[in-house]
Amino acid sequence: MKYLRFVLDHLRKDLRLEWRGRDAINGMLFFALLVVAIFSLAFDPTGYPTTTRQISGGVLWVAILFSSVTALNQAWTREIRNQVLDAQRMAPSPASSLFLGKALANLIFVLCVEAILAPIFIIFYNLHPLGNAWLFLLVMPLGTWALVVNGTFFAALGLRARNRELLLPLLLFPVSLPAILAMVQAASGILTNDIDAIQINLWIKQLAAYDIIFTTLCILLFETILHAE
Amino acid sequence: MQTKASPSGSAALPVAAAELTSVSRVYGTFAALRNVSASFSAGSCTVILGENGAGKSTLLRVLAGLISPTRGSVSIFGDSPQKNRGRIAYMSHAPMLYEELTALENLTYFASLHRDDQCACVGSPEMALRAVGLDPALTRTVSQYSQGMRQRASLARVLQTDPEVLLLDEPFSNLDVASAHQMVELLADFRTWPHHSGHARTILLTTHQAHLAEPLAETTLTMLNGQIANTKHRTSEPAA
Repeated sequence: MKYLRFVLDHLRKDLRLEWRGRDAINGMLFFALLVVAIFSLAFDPTGYPTTTRQISGGVLWVAILFSSVTALNQAWTREIRNQVLDAQRMAPSPASSLFLGKALANLIFVLCVEAILAPIFIIFYNLHPLGNAWLFLLVMPLGTWALVVNGTFFAALGLRARNRELLLPLLLFPVSLPAILAMVQAASGILTNDIDAIQINLWIKQLAAYDIIFTTLCILLFETILHAE
Repeated sequence: MQTKASPSGSAALPVAAAELTSVSRVYGTFAALRNVSASFSAGSCTVILGENGAGKSTLLRVLAGLISPTRGSVSIFGDSPQKNRGRIAYMSHAPMLYEELTALENLTYFASLHRDDQCACVGSPEMALRAVGLDPALTRTVSQYSQGMRQRASLARVLQTDPEVLLLDEPFSNLDVASAHQMVELLADFRTWPHHSGHARTILLTTHQAHLAEPLAETTLTMLNGQIANTKHRTSEPAA
């Protein structure tokens, strides 16, 4: 219970900071909308509905992936400013609670952007899912968590690096490949109904397993990362 | 050079709150600390003087457990600083506060992180702010504070955690003379506050303004090129 309270304290703080600054959400939203708009201009979504449906799962995750990297890169900036991170390092609360609080805050930010992006995406690409649309309620949070948990961790890993903006995508994208594959396949499957429900469920299970494994690893390793010199 | 900084100078040394044994800290080719040994007894107040780059801040950061010594060992109450996180508080040059939050929001947040530690800090951010002369009801965020106000808010942040060992890096910088004197009085008062562990409170502070810290300085260490060049106890003459 105490641990959970620490996580909530960190989460509340990050939400409050974002509410005051709105740096992460604004940046992400702008970037995501730009990606969606550019792709919709690259081909005619209404002229080729089948092709659109086939590639839209990938386009959606490309928009989310690239836009979330802009926010994740900033995730620890506020902690470095004014040496607040040193105060965090000296606090007796568990280091992993700081990580979890921040990862949850990032999840909320990205989900907010997705909630705004989804209707725009559907209108731009003239989409209506042919498969079980409710499965998106599983795929989106699981996929987003996979990106966010690793992104928050690798952003912390690159805190003391000179080229940390460059380092994050270099580390995050290869490690997230199994999750990205599952996200895109599941999303495309739901949109096109080309693959059967069992296979979609397998992708979702893979995503869930990925989330559990990497969340555990990140929690276990975060203290070492935080106190590294 | 090895120095024992004990305020009393008596034969029977009191419990060491902090101890450095042959500590060196090297950054690349630059040695910020060179074979420093010192013992700071519980309840003592030590002022560390020295030029820029003499190693004062590094010494405090090593004691705070924020950096590890390249060689030698550090202990706080006989254990590593990392195992005594709730007992040490460190105030840096930077305010260590979130710019987008008010002072009260900052302090409430940091107090919540000490909840596990059975300290009396929860619920005391308002008191800590009043003690340093800031209004807890101030709705301005820290980004709109003057340097002096930030410094005071930063001091409130460390005091509210009810530390046994207080490490202050240049606490008087950015303060006007009157505010600096108020801070000295507050720190002198803070030393008399009882702690639930029964230990007396220990203060180590670095400054360039030795005259301001004079009332607090039971022991004065002067650092030069990463070493303790001189130790002066209030009751004794400075060592050669």
